[in-house]
Amino acid sequence: MPEQHVVLRNREIPGLARLDVYVAHGGYAQLKRAVTEMQPAEVIDLVKASGLRGRGGAGFPTGLKWSFVPRDLYPKYIVVNNDESEPGTFKDHEITLENPHQVIEGAAIAAYAVGAETVFIYCRGEFWQEMDVLRAAVAEARAAGHIGPNLHGSGYGVEVQVSPGAGAYICGEETALLSSLEGELGQPRLKPPFPAVAGLYAKPTVVNNTETLANVPAILEHGADWFKSIGTEKSPGTKICCVSGHVERPGNYEIPLGTSWDELLAMAGGVWKGRRLKAVLPAGASAPVLAAEQMPGLALDWESVAATGSILGSASFIVMDETVNMAWVAKKTIAFFKHESCGKCSPCREGTWWLKHLTARIAAGEAGPDDVALVTQVVDQMEGKCFCPLGEFAQSVPRSTIERFAADYAERSAAPAPAAAD
Amino acid sequence: MDTLQRRFPEEIKAAVARYPAGRQASAVISLLYLAQAAYGQLDKDAIDEVASVLEMDPTQVRGVAGFYSLFFERPHGGYVVQYCNDLPCALRGAEDFLPVLEEKLGCKAGETSADGLFTLECVMCLAACDRAPMMQVNLEYFHDLDAATLDGLLAELRARAAEDPPRRAPFGFGPPSEMAGAAPATGANPAGSGPTGQGG
Repeated sequence: MPEQHVVLRNREIPGLARLDVYVAHGGYAQLKRAVTEMQPAEVIDLVKASGLRGRGGAGFPTGLKWSFVPRDLYPKYIVVNNDESEPGTFKDHEITLENPHQVIEGAAIAAYAVGAETVFIYCRGEFWQEMDVLRAAVAEARAAGHIGPNLHGSGYGVEVQVSPGAGAYICGEETALLSSLEGELGQPRLKPPFPAVAGLYAKPTVVNNTETLANVPAILEHGADWFKSIGTEKSPGTKICCVSGHVERPGNYEIPLGTSWDELLAMAGGVWKGRRLKAVLPAGASAPVLAAEQMPGLALDWESVAATGSILGSASFIVMDETVNMAWVAKKTIAFFKHESCGKCSPCREGTWWLKHLTARIAAGEAGPDDVALVTQVVDQMEGKCFCPLGEFAQSVPRSTIERFAADYAERSAAPAPAAAD
Repeated sequence: MDTLQRRFPEEIKAAVARYPAGRQASAVISLLYLAQAAYGQLDKDAIDEVASVLEMDPTQVRGVAGFYSLFFERPHGGYVVQYCNDLPCALRGAEDFLPVLEEKLGCKAGETSADGLFTLECVMCLAACDRAPMMQVNLEYFHDLDAATLDGLLAELRARAAEDPPRRAPFGFGPPSEMAGAAPATGANPAGSGPTGQGG
């Protein structure tokens, strides 16, 4: 299957970030149709029927998430999760810069569907240029009457605000994001209550990923059956795959879900320098590693990747060739999670600290004879005990690399050579 | 102290207006960026003024400032260089390129150059792994770095600084369109940098 650009339409339509170009290609027509011709419940039913699932990693059904919002509590909020920070993920970066209006329109349609009148687009602090682009797009769309009060005489209005983060991976977790948006430390909250019931300012809130919402205008335009005709039965639609690491052409590739790994790798030009594939992390630093022999023919949808024991997540494929030592990979991913652990719960805070020191020692060839077993012991103590997914993700790579690439650890952790006898 | 309020009165109003009445604490991140620009760093006076403007407890504001990686409690160079050596960038040579960058900037990671112009930090993923090695300088992206492009880029940054000390120091934010509420449709991107931000 070739690439199919539903969200990355900017690849075919130059200047799509400009309002006039976006409108010339059907932009904001679906928001107008929704508020003038459809009941909110019809919009939710349509998105439910399409089978759209969250593109941020969890794959939760979007229409179902919207339907959890209680009808009789006001105000309500839509929050766009544009805190893209997973290592190896750079799709929202491109969407926001090159197709910002499709995100804004999708978020506004979501707002109408659940009865919210305010959208907050939360951007990671490093997305300074993206925030400039979004603010300009919002101002332009509002001046032209596409968003704002009393849309098309319907009596419904929606305002869109762009809100900055300041450098914290944890804020991609939806309850931590809401804490950050309220001016607190960006630490996760206990669920339940879920954000749909008590989210931003304890009001009903839907948090959706940027890519998820950018699919919504297309679903309204072409219908649920069209969307389901792309991808697989349980994973319909397209997915932007971020391919990084040891390939000839790293980049974003939007493919129908269920496309095979082999096709995606070919799009990215194959493994670089004519080398052999060794392993792939399919969901950034958070996924259990897949060995090369697990990849041929693998269908890229949530179910098929889960069947391998790994996860599709946000579809961020970090590709590694035969020269890479997996103990070093574990050191790199743990350094990330240690840095980003928010400190709220002890299994994650303490576990990542120990893992950082152990994996650094192993990768440097300075490990003691029991260090690898100690890594396994620490990840056992973390698994299932952390407050939020960050701590659970942190142990994916060390655990899976020890299981599948034991030789790489043996190579680095062999007992140091005895001192010379003389 | 009113250093922040004298320098950015309109920007403060716009940032607070973004959130519902009574929810002004939501503007704390925006105000900390502004305070960083007004004071040079988030010292006690800066924190206290932000807390006073937002009617927050200074301890809470300090906690927020300490939690996020883009806030600085100590002075930094005019250009904060954030270089990514996280896994995907490291696979494409980011660790090998780091010594080159350190040599050309004249400082090691975690340090500021002797002329005070550059502070270099190694950071986690910046969502541009497809164009490694890459970095942000005062939050502007620079991709596909090599020794030759780096020479040109640093010459440009030094020339810019000689003409006019970095306006977005110490971290980007002044006078930023982000703080001005709805930004105008034009000028969305920094001069000389396309939307995908290859400036170097």
